This record gives sequence, structure tokens and C-alpha cells, in this order.
Amino acid sequence: MLPASSVESLPGRLAENVVHFARVLRAAGVPLGTDRVLLALQALKVAGIGSRADFHAVLAACLIDRAQHRLLFEQAFHVFWKDPDLLGQLLRLLLPQVSQKKGGAPPGPPENRRLGEALAPKVERPPQPQQNERIDVDAQLSWADREQLRKADFDTMSTAEWAAARRMLARIAPFFVQLATRRQRSSSRGSRLDLRAALRQSGRRGGDIAELPRRQRRTRTEPLVVIVDISGSMSRYSRMFLHFMHALAGSHEAANYRIHAFVFGTRLTHITRQLRQRDPDEAIADVVRAVDDWSGGTRIAACLHEFNRHWARRVLSGSPTVLLVTDGLEHAAIDELGREAERLAKSCRRLVWLNPLLRYEAFAPKARGVRALLAHVSSFLPVHNIESLERLAESLAAAGRTRTETGKWN
Amino acid sequence: MNAPTSIDATAALLAEHNYVADRQLATAVFLALKLKRPLFLEGEPGTGKTEIAKVLSAGLGAELIRLQCYEGLDVAAAAYEWNYARQMLEIRLAEAKETAREALAEGLFTGRFLIERPLLRALLPHAVPPVLLIDELDRTDEPFEAYLLEVLSDFQITIPEWKTVRAAEPPVVVVTSNRTREIHDAVKRRCIYHWVDYPSAARELEIVRRKVPDAKEALSRQIVAFVQHLRSIDLYKLPGVSETIEWSRALLALDAVALDADTVNNTLGVLLKYQDDIAKVQGSEAARIVEKIRREVAV
Repeated sequence: MLPASSVESLPGRLAENVVHFARVLRAAGVPLGTDRVLLALQALKVAGIGSRADFHAVLAACLIDRAQHRLLFEQAFHVFWKDPDLLGQLLRLLLPQVSQKKGGAPPGPPENRRLGEALAPKVERPPQPQQNERIDVDAQLSWADREQLRKADFDTMSTAEWAAARRMLARIAPFFVQLATRRQRSSSRGSRLDLRAALRQSGRRGGDIAELPRRQRRTRTEPLVVIVDISGSMSRYSRMFLHFMHALAGSHEAANYRIHAFVFGTRLTHITRQLRQRDPDEAIADVVRAVDDWSGGTRIAACLHEFNRHWARRVLSGSPTVLLVTDGLEHAAIDELGREAERLAKSCRRLVWLNPLLRYEAFAPKARGVRALLAHVSSFLPVHNIESLERLAESLAAAGRTRTETGKWN
Repeated sequence: MNAPTSIDATAALLAEHNYVADRQLATAVFLALKLKRPLFLEGEPGTGKTEIAKVLSAGLGAELIRLQCYEGLDVAAAAYEWNYARQMLEIRLAEAKETAREALAEGLFTGRFLIERPLLRALLPHAVPPVLLIDELDRTDEPFEAYLLEVLSDFQITIPEWKTVRAAEPPVVVVTSNRTREIHDAVKRRCIYHWVDYPSAARELEIVRRKVPDAKEALSRQIVAFVQHLRSIDLYKLPGVSETIEWSRALLALDAVALDADTVNNTLGVLLKYQDDIAKVQGSEAARIVEKIRREVAV
């Protein structure tokens, strides 16, 4: 079927099939430029195709550029190159087959699931009704009076909510800590000499040094990781936090923040990608689709463990602040919760716990889960409405690099 | 350059220098050499990514130029820097000799005032194109990645004050990443990508045999079985191949003939680097695994 040894030029069918295969991968959600297809064809020429394994290895080396696409590539390869004669039919049949296969596999990391969805036959989304014009008089608290949050509740975001989220962000933004980097930029008040610029000037002036250009360190905003509990007991705040996170992740001012967002109930879901959509309704709708465990039970310890194990090393670089939003009501695995919280606190610069229960005056950290968490957080703050989120901003700034504020609860 | 001409030759070249590569890796290396593309290796720490660059440099008889990445790595440390002291001296000399202004301005920014850093050095003429290892690219930041684009796609560096330095013959570039963050697609699409996975038991045994030839066959088998078993447990950091090799050496130094629970407990720190992981495995769990592999690996 395939040419046995090194060939001068690829037989017409093979090149065509490789292009087809690339299109299947692309349809399945692997971003694949024409340049990589050309690279693959070029590679097939120089490598020769001695066996199916080599053919596979060459295509893999040229067509994949992300670790999470490997599984998808494997499945697509084995389905596609089984019988090239059925190409036309396969192109149609491939999609359901692969998605079936994925359904049987244990739940993978979120990207894989997204790709799995991409493999499934496309279902046209019904157009989102535009309700932005609706004027909601008491919008600020309109979501808070619902006991149970269902998926339907996330349909659209009212203009007032959107404005509130933006306002909130604008208030919070200046409070994020600026970290000094090793990079420098020219600045008239900088503390270091810019010798390169000085000599350039002096060369032009024939050796005179008239002034000394200076440089100063660049700063960057601290990276932020937000982990939000969306279990039943937290459900009335979830919507508010989703809007907050969307404003944070997608806003114009925040273009140079590095933000990762996660939600958890019984399991952890990475939602950064979904939140990047510009339109808040689309973004929230995508999050709702991606998450299966709205308003269910909560397994804080297990979800923190999952975060520590699968995500910490990937998202906790550059000494970030972690905002953990939960009520801390874990009943089962108290010891484990303490251990995981400690590991999390040690992997980031600041661990800030935002707890909606704190709005009750009489709140005292009696629950064992709450106490286990408290031992390891650097700040502990109430969040139950916009005002408290704005207070969060000030506290974030005040807490700075210290690990205080836990004392009064311990 | 005695570059290999086929996948088999590449595998043989790697094997000759005690690097046991699977077919897929050999293919990626071969394609990178043949198509003169950078090789982008991603994988968990300790799976032999850096080692490939070293082996290639030895196998091809090429100089190894290493650029270790870190956050805030800038052009002055990675590519080139002007030798300011010499430049200033030159200005003084020019004043003494009363050189014309234009001549001084031109003469001040030329090759002899340039301090070469790894990237630039890799592009300068060599007898054999050198192996440029850009190690742990994920540690650096996005601006540096963007800077690398010019180097990786055109094998050239533009020095604004002087000229564009272009490699007559492109170096062999190996880029590694531990995937602590996702590298930008623009960098990866210029490269041949390969995910370096943990090896299969058979390949790992071969690696131990080659790297620790003094270890007895039975012990090597047990070591590999133990490590392979550890990788199936829910640990914070799974042991890599380099840990397997280190552990084999450690056991050899302790004159161990076969694995037993005590020896494992005492040397677990060579394999696992997190206290949580050690606490999880130490004691009864280690004894259980040892018991299990004793049954599996019949001597």
C-alpha cells in the first residue's frame, strides 16, 4: 500500500491523503497550519516510508506541537490510516467513531474533553438571545436571591451586571502587586546607567559624553490564579464570581496579566480558555457547558489535590497570588485538606481565601475544614457582594507580601 | 559533518553514545538534522531531553553551546553585548589621534567590540555546525520567546548598531521544555516537536544496563520494575529515568544484591523528591511493592 523505501517524490495519492488527514485533525480541533502539512510531506520524502510505524513517527513529529494533542493524533491516525480506500466515507464516519471511543475512556484533562467535543458532529448552537438592553433595576443583588443555581440561570448577563463587574475590576486593578523583573527599560530617573545608549550617542558626537542615559527595572503585574467553589452551598455567589473572573481575564486593562481560572465542585475544571471569549454571555455559556458539577456536592480536599498534582507546576510559575473562593465546608477529609492547602500555600507567593460565610457577624471558625484551611492562608476575607469584592482590592494591596491577618482567627 | 542518512542510522548513532531512543524519537532527531529544523523536546523532568543534545554533540563531533534559560533572560546574556570598556578606551585613543568623527562612529560598533553570548556564538562559522542547546525554555518569559523567533527560523541575529549576523550553515538546535507553561505556537511551529515520555520497562532496563553496567541483571530488573510501579501510583512528582539511574548507582554503592524493603526505605530519597511522596511510599507500601515485584520478576 505504501511505498517501501525512500522515494524521489511522493505518489499523488499519498500526498493527497496526508492533506486529508491534516484536515481531519484540524476539524477535530488541532490547530494545524499549511506549513506543517508541507513540512510533513517534505519529511516523508527525506525519511522514506519503510513501515507503518515510521510513517506514524514522521507524521507525529511534524503534525503535533502540543502534548495534549498526542492522544487525539493517535486515535485519528489509527482510524484514518486503517483503509485509505474508504477515505471519503471515513471523513464522515471518523467523527462519531472517535467521539465514541473517547466516551469510554476515563475523563481526561479539560483540553482533551474539549477536543473530544470538537470531534463530535457539530451541533449548531441556538443563537443567544440578546438581552443586554434589558434594564434590571436591582441588578446588583438579583442573582443572590436564588437558592439553587441552574444552568439556565447563566443565560445572559445584564448590562448592569456587566458594568458592575467592570467597575469592580477597575477598582481592583491598581491594587495588584507589581513585581520587579530582571528586564530594564530606559527611563530618565532610572538607577542604572545605559552604557549602550551612552556609547551610541558618544560615537555620534565624536567621543563626547553629554548626558548619561539611564535605565530602570521593568515591573509586571503579579500572575493571578483564581480557584472558585461552585458547589451547592456556594451557588448563589458563583454567578458573581464568573462575571468577576471574565472581567479579569478578558478586559482590555488586564491584557498583560497572567490569569488562570478554575472552578470546582466535585471535580476541578480549568476554564481560562472559555473565559477568554470577549463576549461575557458566550464565555459564561461556554463555562457552563464545560462544567458538569454545578451546585452539586463539594470535595475541596480532592479538588485541591487535583490542582496540586496536575496544574500547580504549570500555572504557579512567576510567584502568583492564588485566590481561593470557598466556604471551606469540607466534612470528609480534614487531614488531607490541611495537607493540600499547605502544599498550595507553599507553591505560591500568597494564598488568599475569600469566604462568603464571613458576612455573618457571628461567624467563627468552628468547622474543622475551615480551621484546617485557615492554618495555611495568608489572608482571609469576606466576599458576598460587590462591596466586599471592592474591599478585597484594598486588602490585597494592604496584605502585600506579608502573611498576616490569620492571627485573629487562630 | 557525518550526519546520519536514515532513521536507522540516527538510532544507531544515539545508541553508540549510550542513548536508548525509541523509534519515534529517532525519527524526530533524524528529521530535525535532515530538514535543518530546531528539535523541540517537551516532557517531564529527568526523561533525557538535555542528554540528547549532549549525545548529538558527541556523535556529530560538534561543539555543544548551551543556553540555560531563566526568567528575565535578555539579549545581553543570551545573544551579545557590547564591550563598553573597550569602546570607551577606543574613544580615548581616537581623541588622542584626532580621528574624524564619522570614522569613530563607524568604528565603535563593529565585531571586535562585541562580546559573543551563546546564541550569537552558535551562528558564527565553525568547522562543524555546533549543537545549540536552549535548555528549559519554559523558564523564560514571552518577550524572550519572541526574540528567539528570528534565531530559530532564519538562523540570524540582527544587531541594530552593526549588521545582521547570519549563520553560513545552521547549527543543530535542541530546545527543551519541562512544560511548566505552554510555549507559544509561533516558536513550536518552527520546530520538529517531540514529547519525551517515560520509557517502557524494556527500554528502561536497556538504559540501566548501558548506564550502570556494573549492576547485576537481576537487580536491574527489580529496580526497573519498582520504578515502573511507582509511576503508576498517584505521586506529586514521578521519578524520571535519571532518578532510576541514580538509584541504581546508589544501590550499587550500597552493595545491594536484591531489593528489600529496608534498602528501599533508606534510599527512597534518591527516587522521590517530595516529602509527601516519600511519606506515602515509605514503609508498608514499599514493602508491598517489593513483595509484588519479587513475584513478578522471577530471578
